Amino acid sequence: MKRRTAAVLAVLAVPLTLAGCTGVGSASSGGAQSAPAADQKVTLTVWSAFSDRELKGLGEVMDGFHKLHPNITIKNVGNQDDDKITQSIRGGTAPDVAISFSTDDIGQYCSSGAFQDLSSYISRDKVDLTQIPQASRDYTTYKGKRCAMPLLADVYGLYYNKAMFAKAGITAPPKTMDELAADAKKLTQYNSDGSIKVAGYVPTPGFYENTVQALSPQFGAQWQDSSGKSTVATSKGWQDMLTWQRSLTNAMGKDKLTQFTAKAGDEYSAANDFESGKIAMIIDGEYRTAFLKAEHPDLAYGTAPFPTFHAADYGTAYTTGTIIGIPKGASNTGAAWELVKYMSTQTKPLVQLANLLGNVPTTADALKSPDLKLPPQFDTFLTLSAGGKLQNNPPSPNGGAYIKVMEDFDLKYVTGGTNDLMGGLQQAAKQIDADNALGQ
Amino acid sequence: MTAVLEKRPGGASVARPPARRRRRGRGRRLTILAFTAPWLIGLTLFFLYPAVATLVYSFTNFDLIDNPTFAGVKNYVFLFTSDPLLWTSIGNTVWLTVALTVGRVLFGLVAAVVLVRIKRGAGIFRTLFYLPALAPPVAASLAFVFLLNPATGPVNQFLHLFGIQGPLWFNDPAWAKPSLAVLGLWTSGTIIVIFLAALLDVPGELYEAASLDGANGWQQFRSITVPAISPVITFAVVNSIITGLQYFTEAVVAGAVASGSSYTSGSSNNLGYPSNSTLTFPMWLYEQAFHQFHMGYASAMAIVLFIVSGVFTVVLVNRMRSAGIGEEEE
Repeated sequence: MKRRTAAVLAVLAVPLTLAGCTGVGSASSGGAQSAPAADQKVTLTVWSAFSDRELKGLGEVMDGFHKLHPNITIKNVGNQDDDKITQSIRGGTAPDVAISFSTDDIGQYCSSGAFQDLSSYISRDKVDLTQIPQASRDYTTYKGKRCAMPLLADVYGLYYNKAMFAKAGITAPPKTMDELAADAKKLTQYNSDGSIKVAGYVPTPGFYENTVQALSPQFGAQWQDSSGKSTVATSKGWQDMLTWQRSLTNAMGKDKLTQFTAKAGDEYSAANDFESGKIAMIIDGEYRTAFLKAEHPDLAYGTAPFPTFHAADYGTAYTTGTIIGIPKGASNTGAAWELVKYMSTQTKPLVQLANLLGNVPTTADALKSPDLKLPPQFDTFLTLSAGGKLQNNPPSPNGGAYIKVMEDFDLKYVTGGTNDLMGGLQQAAKQIDADNALGQ
Repeated sequence: MTAVLEKRPGGASVARPPARRRRRGRGRRLTILAFTAPWLIGLTLFFLYPAVATLVYSFTNFDLIDNPTFAGVKNYVFLFTSDPLLWTSIGNTVWLTVALTVGRVLFGLVAAVVLVRIKRGAGIFRTLFYLPALAPPVAASLAFVFLLNPATGPVNQFLHLFGIQGPLWFNDPAWAKPSLAVLGLWTSGTIIVIFLAALLDVPGELYEAASLDGANGWQQFRSITVPAISPVITFAVVNSIITGLQYFTEAVVAGAVASGSSYTSGSSNNLGYPSNSTLTFPMWLYEQAFHQFHMGYASAMAIVLFIVSGVFTVVLVNRMRSAGIGEEEE
């Protein structure tokens, strides 16, 4: 019997022991490693989710680094998303440098040590972080720990169809949410059966980039207070936002909007409804200019800062972006930092990448570079980026859990699933805080 | 080597078998072990170890990157007290389990009864009914979202011909689950084939005798067909319940496609669309484990699902047996 008990205990111990093996152990010491000597040959493996043309372009940008450091060769690996990066860190096969398209996981990367703390490198090399817009600095840190650097940003603004504006007699893009709603109603056209032919604006939560992250800054809605507690029930902006969305949804017809969005073209294709002239105004990132240039070069469109609920906040914009960091377990940390520093702080690679991807550079010098070759509509995003009113959603240790909570309630309230706005917001705040407490 | 004597029931001591016989016995055990090794290794690697690991992880905080740390029963307390979406996902899972079980068994049985009576072109009809079961779940879900698209789908366009405004199907929280249930019926070909085989196995003379005694069709079905195929009915019910409790792929794909979101299927943004009406327990478990990095909590959810599935199956089989359903005829 004793032997059996011992055997059972041994079996129970196996998972934890193996977990200890599959986990990546203690965090790195935090000391900055020096760059390899000029005669020391090193190969850096760089993972990103880029593919095809963009991956090739990234390789060309990194060739510039290789010219500066001939002893450091770069292996450029594409199609590696966050899930694969996480798996490689757990499995002890992490690349030297990882590029992620999402900032949702930065909280987990920093808090768990999955991405190494870069503070010692930054202070050693006296990197001037003030060159980077505050919002981009914020979405690459978690609780003061900098474990990544921004590598181009997405900045969100208003895209509008100039021909439709002219036809409806609208002379300037809207600056407030009231103006946006009025213009949207004016621009919306209906078929003879009552269905929507052209939507002035689609307020449906989750449709294209009409997300809670992108819209909330325009209403002054705050996600959390300084202690990290959810403020979705107390920040007035959330009530304003959901009420505005529901009001416009009801005015345009809830079911009509659902039928309209159900037949909408794929967001990232030439069939995008704004690109194909079925929607007059959208909220979208600066990258849409590159899509329009490639897919609908003849479309007459304009860009402007997205309207705000309070006129005084005009010029506020949501930002997120691509990040670059050194995963735990990277074998050439010193060389990896040299590449991260080159890509995220030097004007030349940032401008090269911005021209290639149609994204906003993330340093003040790169934003002003005369080498930026982007369409005139892109100026809106450069201005927004330099305007000091960029906002992003806060990082958390559990990915985008709080975003899902708010997206779910937003859609439910706006489409009439509930009339209890305050009760729903209080429940959402409670759930966000409970989710954050789990795993702590 | 220690003692070589053993006691017989009568109390007399006897000598152990000779060494050759012991060697032969050991050799036989090794042979048995060698033949069962593939199964034993598979069972250990793919069931016992994951099951034990899940149980252990359920008492830890584990974010998939750092080593797990002991958390006591915190995950279980959170599960039953602080997770409102858990109850939403349980409600959806129960709804789908009941709908799929009742629907698949009734539809499968009726379809099989009809198919067994068709004489001309039987092979063609049987093939047609079975074919949807071969469609991969992702492809089947995509096809249904296309068919039931509220604006461009052929189903609503057909209804429109008669002046009927079709529902919003996968885009309406009230219709999303029924749409999934219809998809479940369409792909229930395997159950139909199993019922068909069972029906063909019922001895014809029983119907002949009953007919001579004056039993009508319904009486024959109730008193001959149902008892004769009751083991298959039990199997179909249990199989459908387990399918319902594990419901995942179709709901994930349909929600993602219907939402029109550019995020990939399974992303947090479209999981359970619309308004969590299609969020099932396994989907919420997946979201917790791989998007919110709560592997410890997800393990606790898996343990609860395992226990519920096991208890449900045992209770159901016992109840059906006590009712005389599912007993093999002696």
